[in-house]
Amino acid sequence: MSQSTDTDAVREDGVIESVSGPVVTATDLDARMNDVVYVGEEGLMGEVIEIEGNLTTIQVYEETSNVAPGEPVENTGEPLSVDLGPGMLDSIYDGVQRPLTVLEDKMGAFLDRGVDAPGIDLEKTWAFEPEVEEGDVVEPGDIVGTVPETESIDHKVMVPPDYEGGEIVAVENGNHTVEQTVVELDNGEEISMRQEWPVREARPSADKKTPRTPLVTGQRVQDGLFPLAKGGTAAIPGPFGSGKTVTQQQLAKWADADIVVYIGCGERGNEMTEVIDDFPELEDPVTGKPLMSRTCLIANTSNMPVAARESCVYTGITIAEFYRDMGYDVALMADSTSRWAEAMREISSRLEEMPGEEGYPAYLAARLSEFYERAGYFENINDTEGSVTVVGAVSPPGGDFSEPVTQNTLRIVKTFWALDADLAERRHFPSINWNESYSLYTDQLDPWFEDNVAEDWPEQRQWAVDVLDEEDELQEIVQLVGKDALPEDQQLTLEVARYIREAFLQQNALHDVDTNCPPEKTYLILQAIRTYNDEAFEALDAGVPVDEVTNIDAAPRLNRIATTPDDEADEFVADLEADVKDQLRDLY
Amino acid sequence: MKEYQTITEISGPLVFAEVDEPIGYDEIVEIETPNGDTKRGQVLESSDGLVSIQVFEGTEGIDRKSSVRFLGETMKMPVTEDLLGRVLDGSGNPIDGGPEIVPDERRDIVGAAINPTAREYPEEFIQTGVSAIDGMNTLVRGQKLPIFSGSGLPHNELALQIARQATVPEEEEEAGEDDEGSEFAVVFGAMGITAEEANEFMEDFERTGALERSVVFTNLADDPAVERTVTPRLALTTAEYLAFDKGYHVLVILTDMTNYCEALREIGAAREEVPGRRGYPGYMYTDLAQLYERAGRIEGRDGSVTQIPILTMPGDDDTHPIPDLTGYITEGQIYIDRDLNSQGITPPINVLPSLSRLMDDGIGEGLTREDHGDVSDQMYAAYAEGEDLRDLVNIVGREALSERDNTYLDFADRFEEEFVDQGFDTNRDIEDTLDIGWDLLGMFPVEELNRIDEELIEKYYPESEDETAEEVAAD
Repeated sequence: MSQSTDTDAVREDGVIESVSGPVVTATDLDARMNDVVYVGEEGLMGEVIEIEGNLTTIQVYEETSNVAPGEPVENTGEPLSVDLGPGMLDSIYDGVQRPLTVLEDKMGAFLDRGVDAPGIDLEKTWAFEPEVEEGDVVEPGDIVGTVPETESIDHKVMVPPDYEGGEIVAVENGNHTVEQTVVELDNGEEISMRQEWPVREARPSADKKTPRTPLVTGQRVQDGLFPLAKGGTAAIPGPFGSGKTVTQQQLAKWADADIVVYIGCGERGNEMTEVIDDFPELEDPVTGKPLMSRTCLIANTSNMPVAARESCVYTGITIAEFYRDMGYDVALMADSTSRWAEAMREISSRLEEMPGEEGYPAYLAARLSEFYERAGYFENINDTEGSVTVVGAVSPPGGDFSEPVTQNTLRIVKTFWALDADLAERRHFPSINWNESYSLYTDQLDPWFEDNVAEDWPEQRQWAVDVLDEEDELQEIVQLVGKDALPEDQQLTLEVARYIREAFLQQNALHDVDTNCPPEKTYLILQAIRTYNDEAFEALDAGVPVDEVTNIDAAPRLNRIATTPDDEADEFVADLEADVKDQLRDLY
Repeated sequence: MKEYQTITEISGPLVFAEVDEPIGYDEIVEIETPNGDTKRGQVLESSDGLVSIQVFEGTEGIDRKSSVRFLGETMKMPVTEDLLGRVLDGSGNPIDGGPEIVPDERRDIVGAAINPTAREYPEEFIQTGVSAIDGMNTLVRGQKLPIFSGSGLPHNELALQIARQATVPEEEEEAGEDDEGSEFAVVFGAMGITAEEANEFMEDFERTGALERSVVFTNLADDPAVERTVTPRLALTTAEYLAFDKGYHVLVILTDMTNYCEALREIGAAREEVPGRRGYPGYMYTDLAQLYERAGRIEGRDGSVTQIPILTMPGDDDTHPIPDLTGYITEGQIYIDRDLNSQGITPPINVLPSLSRLMDDGIGEGLTREDHGDVSDQMYAAYAEGEDLRDLVNIVGREALSERDNTYLDFADRFEEEFVDQGFDTNRDIEDTLDIGWDLLGMFPVEELNRIDEELIEKYYPESEDETAEEVAAD
């Protein structure tokens, strides 16, 4: 996080009046709303959240034990901002963009207080390759050059959006630190590789467009039934134990975004560590380079200060927007937005604000929609196109979807992946309930799937949905009378639906092959099940008893397509379909 | 140190006093009553001229003339390796009549958060000797795995069984059978349990000789409720010291978290805070996280802190805020089931809603056995299906069901009777557990075992349908 360096920006210091947990009040502080302040002798970072007469209320991002009234409060005169520049990828930050690895070097395994560190390394030099020359005229947002940030990503150096722009008078090629000027304009503006941006303010864009490309996730149930668009929004609500975190991590690993920003908001420490340990070892399936080289992690575990939890989603989305401005497709995962909402509630209750529904502050819905609205497919101010896709996890207390955070989220997002604890109990993973989930993007994404995968993609998806719907209805009858009481064709439908569930919807995140399923294979598996379906119904029509139809040896092999390596899958399915046909036709 | 006789208000567990110097938030306070008792408390809110103090030992006997001393520091726990074998009260004072504790160090009980980059991901299997846990919901070092129970259920027996039997298989070979060496320690934090329950624990600890490698903190049901908010912090501070400074593998048992949360609610109500769900304070999630998250391992340090918090769900309702928030922080949960308990199954663990989130990384080849994951998945699926069919049987009867369905029903019964039911004194190693699993899975034809890798089926599938566990055990 940026520390104020300009002396003229520092305003008058105040004095602490009272301390109650993360909420501190100060008197005589000359501050604006959302200014960052340093509280007490130890200089704990905080943010101004209320001003009433001479009294300023501050939320502190660190533990406040032993802070006493009378200690000074220093104002930086700047709103809570993030440092934007090369070096953010491959980094792990806390909720206020302090790099955790640097903090570990400074204070060991436990997070102490009052230690600050800049979000990007100010010492490190980067090789700047200009894309402009002297005499060119640049406008705000324009790309003036690139920096190879990681193996996979070229970082674009841009004119900050709040600059005026003008004619270039000097260009500095070669190695520079992020603070050194690389491009100078005739009006005196100096452009370096580093920008600052207040986290609570969306970065400007030229236009927001309708998203028409899917974010291919490599997960069959998501790509196949409930697709998400690049620039879209999705919610994953799930009661605890329903596999929410694994689902999000799978997305982070396999989604075809250029950049992934993963926010662990109020997460478990061990789980965050798994992400931190895992990601550097993972390969990007497309480039073969480490996944971390296109990932920025923000880890604010549940026992880290609550105010930093409140700010971590903003830190994350601001970083996402910065890469969007360079023309990248960014996927942002926030796990979990409920913890963020609870942080708001906690602080609101310490402020003794009038509570809304279930004690959440009345501005909950506004904050949520503000956040999700920062997602989208954008035309940037430098004429590139980029997107921010937001996937927010929600943890409804007691699995009750009627609670305020889930409800307010559902009013905004267009894809809903409903995780189901029942399915998780049966070890049906990903435990996305196909009856409750939906995607409002299917219509606008179908053309893409038709062009890029198969022409009958929408039709086949509809077929699968219909079979699953029918199964759902039939199951109610089965509960009452048993399966054998059903007519033979319905029994067969149940069998087909079972294969859709087991061979198609279920996907093993831990299996080397199955963990990622390209859309072609997603299509192929469904096609194989459908072939079986068609052939089986023909056999049934020809008078073969349903038991014999369902008992053919080849059918259970449907379950093994998913684990067949991608390049062998075509052949495997061709064989399988041939066997299914042969064996079924032998019966009549 | 200044003394004040400026108490302005006493309300429930809170005391308000006027001060003329700045007092730090969370600072420790001593209040001396007119009859000479000294009570300890903590600053809950500090503002210019006025502080509110939460008193641990109850406010009885405090009057406006009582003197208030501010110690100028936050609550500390004196820690030393000599604490092993000691019994302390809920505020950390010895109550076993032993010698005074000479601390190596005094540690802040709030405890700082472990930097996620400094953590080591837990993946060392802890064998508890309980099949329903080892086989289906494996516990690993550095995990926090609560027991979700209800009033009148044998959660304490299960906790004791785990404390008694827990080993890490490899070390067992090095260190001999029951003495797993000085490495292993238990920190037991009791909050608001009855004297009778406390006695049970103590007797078991003494009987099995476990006491000498344990530190016991007891806040009994009739001890002040507010003290319960510090007991687990004292216990965890001790555990962290033993683990990360002295290299012990510490198992922390906290019982009963429900009482702890009640105490939080009591303080919240006394402070007239805006209540959250069911009157519990809005910051309960953060507060619980600050306890549970103190489990873990740290890179480059030998020890580990593993937590087994126990909570009794009011009305067996797992959507109640306490189990609900706990479940969001901990890495899974073990459910004690009332129905299984009344069927006489011990330990009455219902594996279906139970879960260990860290299981997948702690099992498999080289850690437990190669077939562990698949066997467990398959048994889960089969038991879930059998359990579903039970509802149906009640309506249509067994005869109406297919042979396949009947096998699943039988499986569910045998699973409970042979796999889950083992008694509180049986210690099964992981090989036994998995072999029993295969024995049960042998009820199904090979084609039904769709969760298990074909090679593993070939290797482990019992040759004849019944009772071939011994043969399989050979490999």
